[in-house]
Amino acid sequence: MTEQEAYGDPLTRPFWEAAGRRQLLIQRCSSCGSHQFYPRPFCISCQSDGVQWVPAAGTGTVYTRTTVKGEIAPDLKPPYVVAVVELDEGPRLTTNLTDLELRIGDRVRVSWRDREDAPPFPVFGPA
Amino acid sequence: MIDLSRQAVFIAGVAETALGEVRDQNEYSMFALAAREALGEAGMTIKDVDGVFVNYMGDEGSVQVAEYLGITPRYSDSTDFGGAAFEAYIHHALLAIAGGRCEVALVGYASRQRTRRLRRMSIGGRDESTYAQFEAPARLPMPIGNYAMVAARHMHEFGTTSEQLAEIAVAARRWAAMNPKAWSRDPLTVEDVLASRVISEPLHRLDCCLVTDGGGAIVVTTQERARNAAKKAVRVLGAGESSTHWHMSQWRDMTVSAGAVSGGDAFAMAGIKPSDVDFIEPYDSFTITVLLALEDLGFCAKGEGGAFVEGGRLAPGGSLPAMTMGGGLSYNHPGALGALLLVEAVRQLRGEAGDRQVPDAGVGVAHGVGGMLSTSSTVVLARD
Repeated sequence: MTEQEAYGDPLTRPFWEAAGRRQLLIQRCSSCGSHQFYPRPFCISCQSDGVQWVPAAGTGTVYTRTTVKGEIAPDLKPPYVVAVVELDEGPRLTTNLTDLELRIGDRVRVSWRDREDAPPFPVFGPA
Repeated sequence: MIDLSRQAVFIAGVAETALGEVRDQNEYSMFALAAREALGEAGMTIKDVDGVFVNYMGDEGSVQVAEYLGITPRYSDSTDFGGAAFEAYIHHALLAIAGGRCEVALVGYASRQRTRRLRRMSIGGRDESTYAQFEAPARLPMPIGNYAMVAARHMHEFGTTSEQLAEIAVAARRWAAMNPKAWSRDPLTVEDVLASRVISEPLHRLDCCLVTDGGGAIVVTTQERARNAAKKAVRVLGAGESSTHWHMSQWRDMTVSAGAVSGGDAFAMAGIKPSDVDFIEPYDSFTITVLLALEDLGFCAKGEGGAFVEGGRLAPGGSLPAMTMGGGLSYNHPGALGALLLVEAVRQLRGEAGDRQVPDAGVGVAHGVGGMLSTSSTVVLARD
């Protein structure tokens, strides 16, 4: 667990600490109200410093997807689905879909894939 | 803005390096030989070069190349735009020459990615980067997976089909059949493309470019210096470049590439419309790369690329000849194809393309695309 607490960099560490608790955090700007992900030190919409980590609802929509047929890394056995999911708050994540049948436009909800050398990674299944 | 009607800029020489599999030379000797040949076309020697625009030739590649050639340039550029670097270098060289900072710009590169077995699909990202933390764990095979997700979104929004994408690979192969230097020249059908292995849905193996060695050299210079060229110099009418994203999660509209900006800027500088273009050399890393370029450069409306490429429009005899040397799909693809797009465009405009010559080629476009469909750069060229 010590290793997991040290994962990431100073800006991303709150995200990965929350991921360890299976909670999905994104940044919200207290000035303009927009959300962003991955994290930056200020709001890329209005340039305000007032960005704070907030829990995401964890629901969203599949923006695009591809089924990968060949093995790239030993921790994911093909076929598997890589997708970009748009969270209901607006930001998108590059992620995996846990169900091969999910299509673009389908509603999805976050779940977590445990990893040996890193905190859980957010993936998405049927909402 | 630089006024190109007052300070015209020309491509005065081009050359391919050795292509295919190159075992008897290294990257520097390949590029040096191509540079000497291109400068010969320009009526110049290596000693005339005062600007070096190269990348992917090792650390500080412009420095290593200049040393190898025995020159001390006063202007250098290694902008890291991936496959789109070389059309961006024409843009930069045009401004440097028009601005009086150099007179003879040498643009290009050489690679032996095939014989060195450098090209492998990877998950991308270094240990500490945001890409490594947030994108790489999804195990998208880079770069085909990135392009596959673009194709999937385009199909979802506009009903584009795999058959339509395959038409692009078929057109490239028909051109390649007329080019003795093309790597793949056997006949190819839409059915062949669809029957090839799906690597990252919806893209098949034959939706993907080749992996070969190769490269090219291009000489850009002033109107005055171009007058001494041994071959007819070709005028640079306009250029533009842009980028949209690095992480796939950050690209808001995955159906619109950076070509919408680079093409618009290049056509505006050139003072022409897409309908004035006689042929195009679009970067064909994947079939979907070409489809987006045709839409974003305005050859058809957004979403209509699939119907546009049907019926052999890009093939020999079609109304918009494209990939006329066979493209990265069937001719050669040395990792950064952009240099070779410029070489072919110049040869077409000079009327030197032999069996594959486009009739009455007066205005041509070379359009580079790099990264994860991240960068685009567009050059408009014309017979003077």
